[in-house]
Amino acid sequence: MPEPMLALSGVNTHIAQYHILHGVAFEVPRGGLTMLLGRNGAGKTTCLRTVMGLWRASAGSIRIDGHDVSRATTPDVAQLGVAYVPENMGIFAGLTVRENLLLAARSGAPDARRLEWIFGLFPAMQKFWNALAGNLSGGQKQMLAVARAIIEPRKLLLVDEPTKGLAPAIIANMVEAFRELKRTDTTMLVVEQNFNFARSLGDTVAVMDSGRIVHTGGMDALAADGALQTRLLGLSLDSHQ
Amino acid sequence: MSTAAAAPAQDPASALPVTRLDWPPLALIPAIALAALPLVGSLPTWVTLTVAGLAMGMMIFMMASGLTLVFGLMDVLNFAHGVFISVGAYGAATVLTRMTRQMQAESLASDLSAMVPAVLAAIALAGLLGWFFERVLIRPVYGDHLKQILITMGGLIVFEQAIHVVWGPDIIPLPRPGTITGAFIIGEAAIERYRMAAVIVGLVVFAAMWLLLNRTRIGLLVRAGVENPEMVESLGYRIRRLFVGVFVAGSGLAGLGGAMWAMYQEQVNAQMGAQMLVVIFIVVIIGGLGSVGGCFVGALLIGLATNYTGYLAPKLALGSSILIMVLVLLWRPRGLYPIGRA
Amino acid sequence: MLVRLLSGDFPRSRALSVVLLAILLALALAPFVFPGTRSLNVAAKVAVFVLLVASYDLLLGYTGIVSFAHTMFFGIGGYGVGIAMAKLGPGWGALAFGSLAALALSLVLALAIGLLSLRVKAIFFAMITLAVASFFQILASQLSPLTGGEDGLSYRLPELLHSRLVAYYVVFVVTLVLFLGLLRIVNSPFGRVLLSIRENEFRSEAIGYRIVTYRTVANCLAALGATAAGILYAIWLRYTGPDTTLSFNIMIDILLMVVIGGMGTLYGSVIGATLFVVAQNYLQDLMKLASGAAKGVPLLPDLLHPDRWLLWLGVLFIVCVYYFPYGIVGRLRMRRA
Repeated sequence: MPEPMLALSGVNTHIAQYHILHGVAFEVPRGGLTMLLGRNGAGKTTCLRTVMGLWRASAGSIRIDGHDVSRATTPDVAQLGVAYVPENMGIFAGLTVRENLLLAARSGAPDARRLEWIFGLFPAMQKFWNALAGNLSGGQKQMLAVARAIIEPRKLLLVDEPTKGLAPAIIANMVEAFRELKRTDTTMLVVEQNFNFARSLGDTVAVMDSGRIVHTGGMDALAADGALQTRLLGLSLDSHQ
Repeated sequence: MSTAAAAPAQDPASALPVTRLDWPPLALIPAIALAALPLVGSLPTWVTLTVAGLAMGMMIFMMASGLTLVFGLMDVLNFAHGVFISVGAYGAATVLTRMTRQMQAESLASDLSAMVPAVLAAIALAGLLGWFFERVLIRPVYGDHLKQILITMGGLIVFEQAIHVVWGPDIIPLPRPGTITGAFIIGEAAIERYRMAAVIVGLVVFAAMWLLLNRTRIGLLVRAGVENPEMVESLGYRIRRLFVGVFVAGSGLAGLGGAMWAMYQEQVNAQMGAQMLVVIFIVVIIGGLGSVGGCFVGALLIGLATNYTGYLAPKLALGSSILIMVLVLLWRPRGLYPIGRA
Repeated sequence: MLVRLLSGDFPRSRALSVVLLAILLALALAPFVFPGTRSLNVAAKVAVFVLLVASYDLLLGYTGIVSFAHTMFFGIGGYGVGIAMAKLGPGWGALAFGSLAALALSLVLALAIGLLSLRVKAIFFAMITLAVASFFQILASQLSPLTGGEDGLSYRLPELLHSRLVAYYVVFVVTLVLFLGLLRIVNSPFGRVLLSIRENEFRSEAIGYRIVTYRTVANCLAALGATAAGILYAIWLRYTGPDTTLSFNIMIDILLMVVIGGMGTLYGSVIGATLFVVAQNYLQDLMKLASGAAKGVPLLPDLLHPDRWLLWLGVLFIVCVYYFPYGIVGRLRMRRA
């Protein structure tokens, strides 16, 4: 079996005096989409940030595409081909949509065909090309954040709650976009609270609780097991959106 | 009855215009000038004062722009910023006092051959000092605001004294080049040549900064970095390297401002930087921390206000600056053009 | 009994105790041990600055706030006495009135500054206090009819205070009492909350302490301390002027004293003030000798020139901020451990 795109092993993270992650270990297979699930405060965001190098793991190892990035700085991790979509989207409000995308295209200008493809996924990006990103609606900002992450081909996408606060119509748009992304063979690790969204896209799943991984496995298996869902997530599928 | 549901799903944001210029703060400049006209009474005097105010504003802008950019980008407040101003002033003085011959030749070219090196020396010296500051003093205390304030205060003390060591404690008088001295008369108004030159230099500097920030990739990085340095790093850019460059550029600019101020005052003394510090802070606060445009508008406002009140009610000059700061903060608590921090 | 006097805050180091005791005795017996106007002047100045710096330590070291308005409160105290004495004549009533008016004004200003500014980031607060203090300084030099402008005010005090001996002991005793009062404050539950706020603002707020309230109270207490110091200084000098109280240089001096002595220790202000004032008066003589000896060497005579003593203190200050966050007191205490 080919080496996983992302592999965490025994990862611990401390923030100030708080011990957030305790021995986190899971893998994201190449080309697949792994959903990182769990209740609020389980440590999912901390996990992503640690992988991204924004917080330093106090122990354990993180390997991306075979490279050990446990002690790497954030720019180094990004340059390995990792894109990060944070929970607050991280778009630059004072810059236009065009400038946001331009900045994300490290090689210079965005590839025209790629841009066309993105416009196909998120038409609003074309419409508001010269508008200040700060003036966009919540859903449009989220689209911009994702568009930024895929403006150039990336090996690994880390996405933190892409559907948070979005209207159902926009979420459907997002699901379509992610489905398209999956076809491009990009590996993705997505944190989600919306179990429907997770179920429709995830191949594998890792569930966190109190800073620990409490379950890993296939998405189908979890989706079929109502009791397991209740135990891990507190609520069954039907109670979610 | 037609309701919202029946209306076509018109996305209200589709009426969104392209980047619209936030003009009210800009309008303050002509507003304050026009408001002063009836108070001053005589048009020629008003013209003189306005040009003086604009010139002063330009020089303040040059001194303050570096500080606001450094703070916006690196979250570092350098209380020793005044030292760069002083060093720039002294650097220019050193060059000028050695070139008195050129400046007595009564030709613009000759004068410029003295002033340009003086200004360049000021920028270079201040920039060098800035590099030293960032590397030695500030880098170890990134993120700790308390320590930054203390360290930069320490830097202020030490380097102000060091200026005395190098240049002596006395006030050095500065010769003003012949072609820039004096004034030209329009109607009944006397407009000092030097002040016009300062206004022109200031506009050029501002235009250059604006172009750099808005039309280049580096400018893009700086603007994005001011908003959200973490995200810029997540996009793969080593923003720390940018920090040094911005810091040095900021100090160089301060040196330029100091040189122009020194030539305007026709003297240098070691307190120059510290004297301007309060005004610079006020301008930076008014403009919005991190905003070059805000700094520009703020500087012009303060320059104009100081000159008008200097004429109308001299004792209230500094008070007018503080009053403007309070009024602006009441209107826009984060400054005229605040940078949104994620 | 000593425990109650020092509110349980012991020097915690033999070396430090010795030094502190020596300073205490020197100050207590100064008129007899160090006769002569110059040395008595130094002693009085040490006492005044101990109070001034200790009150600043409450703000900086314990609450973690940098304020540049401390000299403004110092000046209010000085001018309160000065104006009262100059305008109302040298009577005890006038003295009391001037002092109380100064304290009241300081309290109001400190409240205003605190409530308006402490909601903003530390940097903003520092800059605003700088602006306010500058404004006050300009005001004092401009309102010549009231404040004597640049030249300041010279005045007579009630007859009893004209005796140098009496004046000195008034300064010394009040300083001692207020210093012990500050010790009591920082070792009280209030003081502990201040420290916890300084350590972890977020957590303190989560626990329920209203940060703005505590900080404002600390700001007011510090301001009152500075005003008291100003009153004492005005009594000693029989002169108040912008240079002796409001100048930014004094603010820099205070910072030097509190950091080199030791932030957050209160005893640090005793060490820092003594070191600074003594150096200011006697070190320069030493440097003059050294500078003369170094004649001929490039740059060295200029570096050792007595007027450059501030440079070396500045270097010491920077070294302290980096390596000795608790200053001399911290170093001495560490030795013990």
